[in-house]
Amino acid sequence: MLRTAGLRLLTSLLVIFGSLVLVFSIVYVLPGDPIRSIVDPTTVSEETLASLRAELGLDRPFYARFADYIGSMLRGDFGKSLLNDEPVLPKILKHLPATLALTAASSLFAAMVGIWLGVLSAIHRDRWIDSAARVIGLFGISMPTFWSGILLILIFSITLGWFPAMGSDGWKTLVLPAIGLGIVGAGYVVRLVRNSMLEVINEQFVLTLRAKGVSERLVMYRHALRNALIPALTMIGVLSGELLAGTVVIETVFARQGIGRIISDALMAKDIPVVQGVIFFSAVMYVLINLLVDLSYRVIDPRVRRLQ
Amino acid sequence: MEDTVAVKSPAWRESRAASERVRIRSGIRFSALLVYGAGLVIFFIVLCALFPGQIAPYSPTLMNVDAIIQSPSLAHPFGTDYYGRDVFSVVVHGTRDSLLIGIASVLVGGLIGAAIGAIAGFLGGVIDTIIMGLIEVMMTIPGILFALAVAAAMGPSLFNIVLAVALSAVPGYARVFRSQIISIKGRPFIAAARSVGAGRVRIFARHVLPNAWAPLLVMATIGLGTSILVGSGLSFLGLGVIKEIPDWGTLLSQGRGYLTVAWWMSTFPGLAITLLVLSVNLLGDKLRDRLDPKKNRI
Repeated sequence: MLRTAGLRLLTSLLVIFGSLVLVFSIVYVLPGDPIRSIVDPTTVSEETLASLRAELGLDRPFYARFADYIGSMLRGDFGKSLLNDEPVLPKILKHLPATLALTAASSLFAAMVGIWLGVLSAIHRDRWIDSAARVIGLFGISMPTFWSGILLILIFSITLGWFPAMGSDGWKTLVLPAIGLGIVGAGYVVRLVRNSMLEVINEQFVLTLRAKGVSERLVMYRHALRNALIPALTMIGVLSGELLAGTVVIETVFARQGIGRIISDALMAKDIPVVQGVIFFSAVMYVLINLLVDLSYRVIDPRVRRLQ
Repeated sequence: MEDTVAVKSPAWRESRAASERVRIRSGIRFSALLVYGAGLVIFFIVLCALFPGQIAPYSPTLMNVDAIIQSPSLAHPFGTDYYGRDVFSVVVHGTRDSLLIGIASVLVGGLIGAAIGAIAGFLGGVIDTIIMGLIEVMMTIPGILFALAVAAAMGPSLFNIVLAVALSAVPGYARVFRSQIISIKGRPFIAAARSVGAGRVRIFARHVLPNAWAPLLVMATIGLGTSILVGSGLSFLGLGVIKEIPDWGTLLSQGRGYLTVAWWMSTFPGLAITLLVLSVNLLGDKLRDRLDPKKNRI
């Protein structure tokens, strides 16, 4: 167990390092001079530009800058924003809780609605409930989050006035963005749980349970669902990454403060240190969540333990 | 005791089998209806992309001071915007760009992904390990974030948007194609081809490739929906191409400022995106059911 976990941790670190290299390359290799985002090159003399480049270390070769970046990063220094000299790490840490709360709330919504509809759909296979659940699932994965967000604002905030349309203070501002983001996740979960349930229902142990006279409710929710959720676990890792990325759009729609807003603003302004910091953070979170998912198989599914 | 006998009687079995048939038939009829609907929607959208001038009732640039911000009516089914333009006409004329971004990025991303996956899967060994390691790294940055970074770095142009969306989809295509290639490589007919002396290149081109395209086709169809979503997301965030006739994502984003006075300005472009993606996904599901006997992927 310890060896597998250690090995997995090592590959995770390698992957994180790789994503750091990737982010570093995207930002530096592609065209576009970051200096232009700070000053207008037509109004400033060539010497000033050169000294500014030297000050930011932009005149040094790629590998030297990368080594520097890694070095200071390990000391907890992620650099400063090119726009207002704000240190990157505190900026990210300050806005992280809001984004995590949003991701957690939307995951919860996606899991609850998705599992419920998925099970209903599988139990009533090929009946109208199934058709309805499948159409809802399809809608979930087909709607752009910025549109579902806007519809939610139109209905629940402008027409009904139940929840505020923007802001990030208090639980009330969390409801609409969490649902808007969660609808996509719910769509994926419905489809996954339905397919997985349909497969499990045909297995022998379900037949045995029914033969023993276990009530249908118990067979479905206690035994079949538990087994059906194991493949769904893999999706949680992928989905959490998508949800995190979805915050970029949804935080813009609802004018919320958070990591997603920070990165979209930073990208527009070519504020490289901030972009690198946020993408690094999201990559670390993605890898960590997937690591946890991998390891949790052993805890949840005894068969995996025996296999190893 | 009599109950048990009755339960097992042929008549009961017959009625049960009949109800099962009805159930399955009604399920099939419903999904067939959905697929026809999806085909119809896509047909209409393609028509809009090809002949916007013939379908749109007004010019998309025609401004009318007498008809500013009017709610949907018979004359203006999607209402009018703050310039008095007919929103329906603008949506129809925006179809081409929205569709083009999706299709082009699936083609580019699918080709790059398939090439990478084919090389990794067919050659195997160290090359496979290195390539898949790189793909793993790319996967840590979620699609839209990756597309956003590329699009922001390269600046707004149709080509750059297509490239950004395409690159963000590459890891997915590469993974699927690689696993398909590997599974085909292990089949007996490949060993048979090798035993009669076929070379690596010949085996790859004549025996592996022709058998590998089906899942890629399914993935490309479903990927088309995702690409349209990511592309319109970039437009929504302001990274799209700025033009006189906006694409759907840009149009929706422009309408956001008028939500309290004109719900229709954002609602209808979004509805167009949703209907298109929904139809594409429906067809993708159908295609997968046809081509993939396992039917258990989402």
